[in-house]
Amino acid sequence: MTQRRRNWLLVAPAGVWFLVMLVLPLSVVFIFSLGERGPAGGYVPAFTLEQYANLPARWTAFKNTLVLAPLGTLAALLIAYPLAYQLAVRTDPKWKTILLVLVIVPFWTSILIRSYAWIFILGGRGLPALLEVFGIEGVRLIYTPFAVTIGIVYGYLPLMVFPIFVSLDRLDKRLLEASSDLGAGPVTTFVRVTLPLSIPGIATGCLLVFILLMGEFLIPALLGGGKVFFVGNALVDLFLQSRNWAYGSAVAFTLILIMLVSVTVYMRLISRLQNGRDDVSVM
Amino acid sequence: MKDNDHISKRKFMEELRRYQKGSVSRRHFLGVTGLGTAAAVLGQAMPGLRPRPAYAGSHIGDRVVLATWPNYHDAANFDLFTDDTGAFVQVNVFGSNEEMLAKLQAGGSGWDVFVPTNYTITTYVSEDLIEPLDVTKLPNYDAAAFDPRFADAGTVNGVLYAVPKNWGTTGFAVNTEHDGGNALTTWKDFFDRTMDDFSSRTMVHDYQLTTIGNALKYFGHSFNSIDPGELAAAEKLLIDVKPHLFAISSDYQPAMRSGDAWLTMCWTGDGKQLNSDMPEIEFVLGREGGEIWSDYYAIPKGAPHREAAYALINHMLDPEVNAREVLAHGYPVADTRTNALLPDEILNDPILYPAQELLDALEFGAAATLTDPNRAELMARFKSA
Repeated sequence: MTQRRRNWLLVAPAGVWFLVMLVLPLSVVFIFSLGERGPAGGYVPAFTLEQYANLPARWTAFKNTLVLAPLGTLAALLIAYPLAYQLAVRTDPKWKTILLVLVIVPFWTSILIRSYAWIFILGGRGLPALLEVFGIEGVRLIYTPFAVTIGIVYGYLPLMVFPIFVSLDRLDKRLLEASSDLGAGPVTTFVRVTLPLSIPGIATGCLLVFILLMGEFLIPALLGGGKVFFVGNALVDLFLQSRNWAYGSAVAFTLILIMLVSVTVYMRLISRLQNGRDDVSVM
Repeated sequence: MKDNDHISKRKFMEELRRYQKGSVSRRHFLGVTGLGTAAAVLGQAMPGLRPRPAYAGSHIGDRVVLATWPNYHDAANFDLFTDDTGAFVQVNVFGSNEEMLAKLQAGGSGWDVFVPTNYTITTYVSEDLIEPLDVTKLPNYDAAAFDPRFADAGTVNGVLYAVPKNWGTTGFAVNTEHDGGNALTTWKDFFDRTMDDFSSRTMVHDYQLTTIGNALKYFGHSFNSIDPGELAAAEKLLIDVKPHLFAISSDYQPAMRSGDAWLTMCWTGDGKQLNSDMPEIEFVLGREGGEIWSDYYAIPKGAPHREAAYALINHMLDPEVNAREVLAHGYPVADTRTNALLPDEILNDPILYPAQELLDALEFGAAATLTDPNRAELMARFKSA
């Protein structure tokens, strides 16, 4: 067996996976996006750009998603970073595993059930009732953009905590001592040493959360009371309610293109931020 | 088993222990103890205990998959079906007829029985998604027992595709503690008061048929209108109302119960369930009209467990089973045999059986609303506004 042939064989499983799981479904979505809706819904083959011309009708959904996905990612980062830092740097190693498991435990139940539980926590008999005991009345939480943000942070927190934890956990403690020996205070040490070294974790966590948030539909529907409308919700309605598969495919394909562009720009930015360092890399 | 006239206490306990430990079968235990015979004798005297002859011994498989609506069955009836036939009832719950149609259009739903609403059946027939029913497999179905008003839609071009389940209306539920003594009686009240003293306390369905239909009734248009001018008026109303809404969701019971929402579009049974638990929540039919509907049992094309599907539908049409359903969910039936078994307080309940002049104003949904692309787009604009 020649080297060349062996290489092909080694690449084949990944290639088949790539073809069947990625290229094929995406091609189907693209072909559908050029078609038309059947009279009772569904798909009728055609070759038209009509669906793409209709995209402005879902502009609000795209706008909401493009605002809330980065904001949600940022909120998750701001809460996850201190948590990951505490776990990785400050926690006694014997507690570390238990605390880490506690971060994952919620993932053992479906996001649907966990989000539904928040309906009761944020509903009138939950937190607002508790706040009334302390004299704060008339607080409305459920079915607000705030509830959606809470749901997003809660739902995606572990995805942000873990990559950051890993990058901080690997951090060589001697670097911190060296920084302190050279006269840097804790803040300078954090900004100049810890934070730059955890950038790969931050970058990975943000990427994971951002990509999932771009397609999110469940949390806005459940905790936003159907009033907060994301592209994900538009897609669910197009496929499950109006059964406009052609238009739904065009919206989905556009979302994929937006993601490709934004993720590429993001990776470029991150690698520029890394400034050609070779000791760290993204993902 | 030649001798099962009597059994000593001690022997009975021995046999019971053996059965409990799993050393003998249930059949053996019932045989040697005489309990099987006792049950059979009792069964002759009490019709409820008699085994259902139609399916005794036949093999319908181990499961049947039912696609239905929320809060719409008595779970005990499914358990009874499993006891009778050995088939487990797997229940999938849906939020709209559109969603059911979408799943069937996509194919591979795996359903055996589904519960379409009157106005959708012609579309299922034209899309070739629904199985014509073989009435010989439904001995409990007696066409003459059903009020034709709620049974007619099951027959398309002379072929029976679906048999009636329940009927009902779409009105609104209002928590009267918050109406300031000024009762809401119309859809005009519903939307006007939402923009006034019910602001941020109102829910509308996440369902184009009822949300758009009731907004059309505000202007006195038909619930089923697909006229562009009338739809534009309804859209303007909905978008004006949206900032005052608590939520756009068909899952309104939790919020009404917790007191977060005071007013919601509401189906008969939910109205009955809410009113039974919290009498201050009243169910109102808008005076201008609105929707009256009838749901049916039907079998989709390519149902994986067709025999079990027939067995389940037949089971649910048993008047005794059906009567228990009504008591559990509070939706009326069109079956006179079932009504004969129901207590008077159900049959005279104004939520289940509204006054005739209110009923007269109601309309059955029209097939055109299900497939009209403009109504679907209107709903999307309303939700994303």
